[in-house]
Amino acid sequence: MSAADLYRTMRTIRRFEEQIVTLVNANEIAGVTHEYIGQEAVATGVCAALRDDDVITSTHRGHGHVIAKGADVPRMMAELLGRTTGLNRARGGSMHIADVSLGIYGANGIVAAGAPIAAGAAWAGLQAGSDRVAVCFFGDGAVNQGVLHETMNMAGIWRLPVLFVCENNGYAVSFAQEQATAGSLVERAAAYGMAAVRVDGMDVEAVRDAAGALVAAARAGGGPAFLECETYRFVGHHTAEATMGLGYRSDEEIARWRERDPLLVEAARLDAAAVAEIDASVEELLERALAFARESPRPEVSSARDYVYASGLVPREGVAV
Amino acid sequence: MARMRYQQALARALRDEMLRDPSVFVLGEDVRASLRGVTRGLAAELGDQRIIDTPISEQAFTGFAMGAALAGHRPVVEFQIPSLLFTAYEPIVNQAAKFRLMTGGQAKVPVTYVVPGSGARMGLAAQHSDHPYAMFAQAGVKTVVPATAADAYGLFVSAIRDDDPVVFFAPAAALGGREEVADDAGPIPLGVGRVHRSGDDVTVVAIGHLVRDALKVAEELAAPDADGGDPISVEVFDPRTIYPFDWAGLAASVRRTGRLVVLDDTNRSCGLAAEVVATAAEELADALVAPPRRITRADAPIPFAVELEVALLPSRAQLADAVRSVAAIGPRGALAQEAVR
Ligand SMILES: Cc1ncc(C[n+]2csc(CCOP(=O)(O)OP(=O)(O)O)c2C)c(N)n1
Ligand SMILES: [Mg+2]
Repeated sequence: MSAADLYRTMRTIRRFEEQIVTLVNANEIAGVTHEYIGQEAVATGVCAALRDDDVITSTHRGHGHVIAKGADVPRMMAELLGRTTGLNRARGGSMHIADVSLGIYGANGIVAAGAPIAAGAAWAGLQAGSDRVAVCFFGDGAVNQGVLHETMNMAGIWRLPVLFVCENNGYAVSFAQEQATAGSLVERAAAYGMAAVRVDGMDVEAVRDAAGALVAAARAGGGPAFLECETYRFVGHHTAEATMGLGYRSDEEIARWRERDPLLVEAARLDAAAVAEIDASVEELLERALAFARESPRPEVSSARDYVYASGLVPREGVAV
Repeated sequence: MARMRYQQALARALRDEMLRDPSVFVLGEDVRASLRGVTRGLAAELGDQRIIDTPISEQAFTGFAMGAALAGHRPVVEFQIPSLLFTAYEPIVNQAAKFRLMTGGQAKVPVTYVVPGSGARMGLAAQHSDHPYAMFAQAGVKTVVPATAADAYGLFVSAIRDDDPVVFFAPAAALGGREEVADDAGPIPLGVGRVHRSGDDVTVVAIGHLVRDALKVAEELAAPDADGGDPISVEVFDPRTIYPFDWAGLAASVRRTGRLVVLDDTNRSCGLAAEVVATAAEELADALVAPPRRITRADAPIPFAVELEVALLPSRAQLADAVRSVAAIGPRGALAQEAVR
């Protein structure tokens, strides 16, 4: 993927997220969403190393992964606005957004829950004689979940083509990573017998190159690998944090990281005219996405129990009929 | 036609489905050696990638099955102990069972979770004696608790073929039971109950291994009792599937008998019997001549000493008393038929 394409994806994620914040604050999107602002280089760099048939599992902070894996941005916007044209027909929203046809096995509201799902998909790839890989994205908070370790062990003993991508943004909500985790993340992963690499998660090309090497090794039968991306979120844990005054990090710290904004890092490698052209086309895409979402229908309330069972079973209502 | 034990019927169903459909595979602890007897010989016959021994990592291998299912497989996950389902509740209930809804119908998750030996087993104490099927029904996960060998065969086949997650409980106390299983036996649909014995006075809903107890009680009560009391004609209805429940089958039976007793091996609080009785009270009130009763497990963990264990489990004596008590209310037999008309 060229520098321009990398920048375009990152810019799309950034502007998507900025719009989402506005829409949540305006109550046009229900609930809260977890923005990916500051971390764009990770999803973009890793997915640049992937093919369409590769699988990813994502997190509560999933919009970036889903965009980078190629999901349709207007349909994502429609999903977040709760419209029937949304990727998940308004049943998933931000935390469950998915496009299974693109190998996106879902954002996930439960920390570390995507790990075994990715491993199962990787195993299925091997059974099919394919060299596809599965990437499991998770945060620094997930490294203390048992299921992640159970899964890394299983991927290790069965040599599954899984790339475990840890987005170390320094915090799990308000809890600092150094306070939460004993020892080093890459050493933990290495103990499962897999290659474990740390990379600058604010430089999309560094991420792409590191992920590319690990993905290539996994495709060639080298088994699982672990990539720790050092990154930072420029905004709150979720949209609502802005008004909560949690005070777990300083404005100076945020400002220091903003100097290494991954979009600025990559834009500096492009000429200004190219950047301006990409920025304009991203605005156009997002305007189109929002217009599409707003024009799309809301679901019929009579359909609230649809899509629960593949067999067509319809669950009972909460009142006797 | 072969008369076989419940456990053999499970093994045969699994092998038949694995031969029929190459996407079916098993994963769990000690399944190659077949500690639980359902997978015996299959690793040698079908290979190590169809019968996969896992590390002791219930959350991970349960979630793994979902990933494989999304990628086109039909996993069967075996749990060595019923209580292990507590450790896997998250990947079953919160991930696999919600995935279709959460994605607006994008994918199916055809995983079967099987516990070959659920419920109390005399002396295994508190952590190995649970029967948590109501927990899955409460969460809307398809849940099957077959009582007999033929039902175990047909329902296991259906569970594996079903495109949704299904939790399959094979009660330990039923595993030794024998029944004819036809050579060409096929699937038995989920959600359809079975009337094991028809009767006119009282409907007994019994689940899993308790069906056998219900049938014994029905037999006893069919004869005049020692004090010359009238025989009671008991209908034994086995829902077989806990979720979705065969409400139509229940209604058909209760509308004829006018009386209901539920025999259930889950705890009293929020157990399956509570749901059956509540639904009957709301939806079949016009047909009931006596208040419904339920005989359940006590609301307590199972203690070790066998007499303490037995004291907390639903018993035949409790069932017989409950049936007599409801039968004593209102007209019976021909009179009842008239009353209903
Ligand atoms: C198992 C689980 N526990 C707690 C939560 C609540 N929660 C949501 S996000 C989060 C922090 C996750 O931190 P991290 O993994 O570092 O991801 P980040 O938010 O930094 O992207 C917590 C505690 C959850 N969703 N799942
Ligand atoms: Mg974090």
